[in-house]
Amino acid sequence: MNAIITVVGNDRVGIIAAICVKLAEYNANVLDLSQTILHNNFTMIMAVDLSKANAPFAEIAEALRVLGEGMELSIHMQREEIFDAMHTI
Amino acid sequence: MLNQKDILSTIEMIEQQHLDIRTVTMGISLLSCCDADIDKACGNVYDKICRYAERLVPVSEEIEMEFGIPIVNKRISVTPIALVAAACRSDEYALFAHTLDKAAKTCGVNFIGGYSALVQKGMTDADQKLIASIPQALSETDLVCSSVNVGSTKAGINMDAVALMGKIIKETAAKTSDREGIGCAKLVVFCNAVEDNPFMAGAFHGVGEPEKAINIGVSGPGVVYSVLKDLDGEPFDVVAETIKRTAFRVTRVGQLVAQEASRRLDTPFGIVDLSLAPTPAQGDSVARILEEMGLEVCGTHGTTAALAMLNDAVKKGGIMASSSVGGLSGAFIPVSEDEGMIAAASGGTLTIDKLEAMTCVCSVGLDMIAVPGDTSAETISAIIADEAAIGMINNKTTAVRVLPTPGKKVGDTIEMGGLLGSAPVMPVHPESSAAFINRGGRIPAPVHSLRN
Repeated sequence: MNAIITVVGNDRVGIIAAICVKLAEYNANVLDLSQTILHNNFTMIMAVDLSKANAPFAEIAEALRVLGEGMELSIHMQREEIFDAMHTI
Repeated sequence: MLNQKDILSTIEMIEQQHLDIRTVTMGISLLSCCDADIDKACGNVYDKICRYAERLVPVSEEIEMEFGIPIVNKRISVTPIALVAAACRSDEYALFAHTLDKAAKTCGVNFIGGYSALVQKGMTDADQKLIASIPQALSETDLVCSSVNVGSTKAGINMDAVALMGKIIKETAAKTSDREGIGCAKLVVFCNAVEDNPFMAGAFHGVGEPEKAINIGVSGPGVVYSVLKDLDGEPFDVVAETIKRTAFRVTRVGQLVAQEASRRLDTPFGIVDLSLAPTPAQGDSVARILEEMGLEVCGTHGTTAALAMLNDAVKKGGIMASSSVGGLSGAFIPVSEDEGMIAAASGGTLTIDKLEAMTCVCSVGLDMIAVPGDTSAETISAIIADEAAIGMINNKTTAVRVLPTPGKKVGDTIEMGGLLGSAPVMPVHPESSAAFINRGGRIPAPVHSLRN
């Protein structure tokens, strides 16, 4: 199962590193990654493959949310299908 | 990979524009629960609901979490209880309401609908007993919703039932007067009621429906409002096209959630209701959409046209997004549940007469409208008759959910809290309709009911 992780907040050193370390702990594979500064906010979008993840979706999503809180970032992980459904016919 | 802009727009819709799934409603047939012994029948009802809907709430929460889309309500609709109770030898129909309430609480859902009777052409003994028990049922339970269908395009309007419902609404308000008359917020009178409606208070599981089904209601006034803000001065064809595109996206989320819920609950997917359902939250209002189109205040001249266009565009956009569309499908205009409607009604621009006109072109009817506590039962019946006539002639669903809270007068506000919001008491015409209502009988079906 693929998921999309979105990270929004103030730019600082180590955001990508921290998230990638956390994902590696769960054996989640990063497929794609893009980042930009939008309306003065650091915005990162990451596609990950969770098919070999070693924990349930809810646990990983919660761990990322908590990680985000500690870094004053809003981190969401959602299944890819919702974006496909809304933006493709 | 997906377009970055698309991903961020989805996040923005959910985080800032209140995009959500308004309800996942599981319809359950209770026809197999009938028994001459009412205690046995109630036992059957409780067991069946709990068995079928046991996982409804946890599965909905799982979907919410994985897809990152809030599901505001989890609900159950059941076969109209008048049909289930008809076999019972007892008159104590409120026992069924208590059973539904208990089952709803066990399953953890927000509401359960179906304490209902369908009497568009006439009332059976069971229908009469059920309707008579509605005030008691709604005053003694928390989560039970009730509806009565008094008319249809095929059958005409049952004016005896219309007259009776005026009294029942008054009685329900009186019995719940210690709670702002909240019983009436859970009671709706329909013309052309639909069998697969996921929205409360009017949801029930029709007899033409399968054993169980998952029906979804979407929301998204905030999303539509937000795209219209970028269209200042653009002509209506551009506005309509933009609303269509937005409705498509909103409905696709509904379809996705419906499919997932159906699969995980091993329950057939019924319909997605192409709805635009407001909440009292700032930025989630249908009235504000109409105002964004260029009306100073919702309710002024032009409001009906604006709503007609909005309603049609929502359907056109949504219809392609779902494999099965049903329910009420359209924009809702519940006054107490819409921040902009509350403001427009409080200011006096939005009146009951204008709302009645608006119901000709939108999803349902006169919804969540507070009227003075001393409004007579006959006047309420006459309001129901007018709405039913609009539904009957125009081949659409119409409904009345009015709140004649005892002791409240024009200028007061009824506070119900939560999604039910607050309703400014609106004036009704003081002139009597009593002689009209007291005629009783049936308004025959219109000529266009004969389509065969």
